[in-house]
Amino acid sequence: MAVLSWIRRHLLAFAALAVLTLLLVPNVVVAVFSFNDPVGKFNYNWARFSTDAWTHPCGSPGICESLGLSLRIGVTASLIATVLGTMVALALGRYQFRGRAATNLLIFVPMATPEVVMGSSLLTLFLMLGIPAGALAILIAHIMFCVSFVVVAVKARVATLDPRLEEAAADLGATPAQTFLRVTLPLAAPGIAAGALLAFSLSFDDYIITNFNASPSSITFPMFVWGAAQRGVPVQVNVIGTVVFLAALLFVIAGQVLSNRRQRAV
Amino acid sequence: MAEGAAVVGTGAPVRKPVRRGRWVPYALLAPGLLWLVVFFVVPMITLGSQSLQEGNIDEGYVFTGNVSIYADAVQRYWPHLLRSVGYAGTATVLALLLGYPLAYFMAQKAGRWKNILLILVIAPFFTSFLIRTLAWRNILSDDGPVVAFAQSIGFTSLLQAIGLTSNDTLLASKFAVICGLTYNFLPFMILPLYASLERLDPRLVEAAGDLYASPREAFRRVTWPLSLPGVVAGTLLTFIPAAGDFINSRLLGNTETVMIGQVIDSQFLRVLDYPLAAALSFILLTMIVVLVTFYVRKAGTEELV
Repeated sequence: MAVLSWIRRHLLAFAALAVLTLLLVPNVVVAVFSFNDPVGKFNYNWARFSTDAWTHPCGSPGICESLGLSLRIGVTASLIATVLGTMVALALGRYQFRGRAATNLLIFVPMATPEVVMGSSLLTLFLMLGIPAGALAILIAHIMFCVSFVVVAVKARVATLDPRLEEAAADLGATPAQTFLRVTLPLAAPGIAAGALLAFSLSFDDYIITNFNASPSSITFPMFVWGAAQRGVPVQVNVIGTVVFLAALLFVIAGQVLSNRRQRAV
Repeated sequence: MAEGAAVVGTGAPVRKPVRRGRWVPYALLAPGLLWLVVFFVVPMITLGSQSLQEGNIDEGYVFTGNVSIYADAVQRYWPHLLRSVGYAGTATVLALLLGYPLAYFMAQKAGRWKNILLILVIAPFFTSFLIRTLAWRNILSDDGPVVAFAQSIGFTSLLQAIGLTSNDTLLASKFAVICGLTYNFLPFMILPLYASLERLDPRLVEAAGDLYASPREAFRRVTWPLSLPGVVAGTLLTFIPAAGDFINSRLLGNTETVMIGQVIDSQFLRVLDYPLAAALSFILLTMIVVLVTFYVRKAGTEELV
């Protein structure tokens, strides 16, 4: 009876833990199967332990080229989307202007549109304009769907800032440019960083929209994985998936530690 | 904030705090909004125009304004449209049932573990969702331990009996597709739920208890209504992408689980029937807008009661 009542009291914790496990199990499976030496083409069943894929991460033809392309597009798209999105967020958070409702709508709608609709509509535009499918078309598309997410992340941060700090800077004789660079920008930095990180991961991970605008010479990493899924996924895909996961985890934890330390210092 | 804008840059010896000009917000907005107009709004128009054209890929297309393509598209693909809404709706409900306890625990009970749990919820995001979806093929593989266990407790027979699977395995079935959708969009459910539950003052629930509400009653009358904004945001963020998704149905399903996104994708990129594909895209978008509007209206009034 004691055991039963103990379980009853911690039912919520058990449920939460079970769901968290469900979220993390696939990542663990990806990591475990990166050490597999599969029999045949498909890496679905465990055969025997091997570190081959870890010592030859580029061992599957085309995999590292596609990873390189995804990283280049991800970095470029997130940089441009972060600049565009931060500007929009500052305008929304710091100024009164006509057309605010229309602006908010234009920011919101792309986030609420299924990717397959965005991808196919861009394809019709590019067809009409004669823009060839390829890396440039992918880059344009990625910037488009990342901007809204950056706006949301930065706006949330800007909304918590005290406008009197900027007024104080101006009162102390700072020019608008100085106020922006030395007060507004540093204060908004955590939001901008979060927006940039989100944009990068969205771009790096996108398959559906990319597929509509890619050419055979512009295979991104998700497209490589998709293609491989039809004929047998090389173990190297699991290695790269695991490395990206661990790198991101490290990145997020470092960010947390940094912001905790800064809070304590204040 | 907008008055006194014109003095900026005139070099007049004013010492009052310099107000940035009236044009500044528009200058800040212009590049981003222009990008969205050119690469989001305009494509919607070209998509609409494409759906009303006739011709083929070799000889080019001519605008004919023939709207019968929409009737044709619905007639041919209504099972896929219904299926997409059904799968996405089921996955959304499941994600809410799974996500709520975790979000509540993180927001109200986790104490100093809160940030670590939050990182663990976000972290899977950073592995490509294609790779994670493929991992479910490992987990549910026909001769793996999960299937063996499900068979031994009769779970596979149960699924088969209610028509979610067609044999005594789990992969390549409706069941696998719905599970995949639920899993993939679960973080989109958890994060908004967490955001609204974190703002919930626990003293309100205590007050309900002091006023002799049972825990169940306190949840129904206090916690749940106050978390509704998170529920609405989470269900929308789960349902919309799930309805257009075809990764899960393609990787975890069979030919009977084809969703509308997959039809649009293959009509555009393999069959090259652009007008039909464009019409289907529009139908999907319209359907989602109508459902979401209805839903938000209803959820909105419930919130007021």
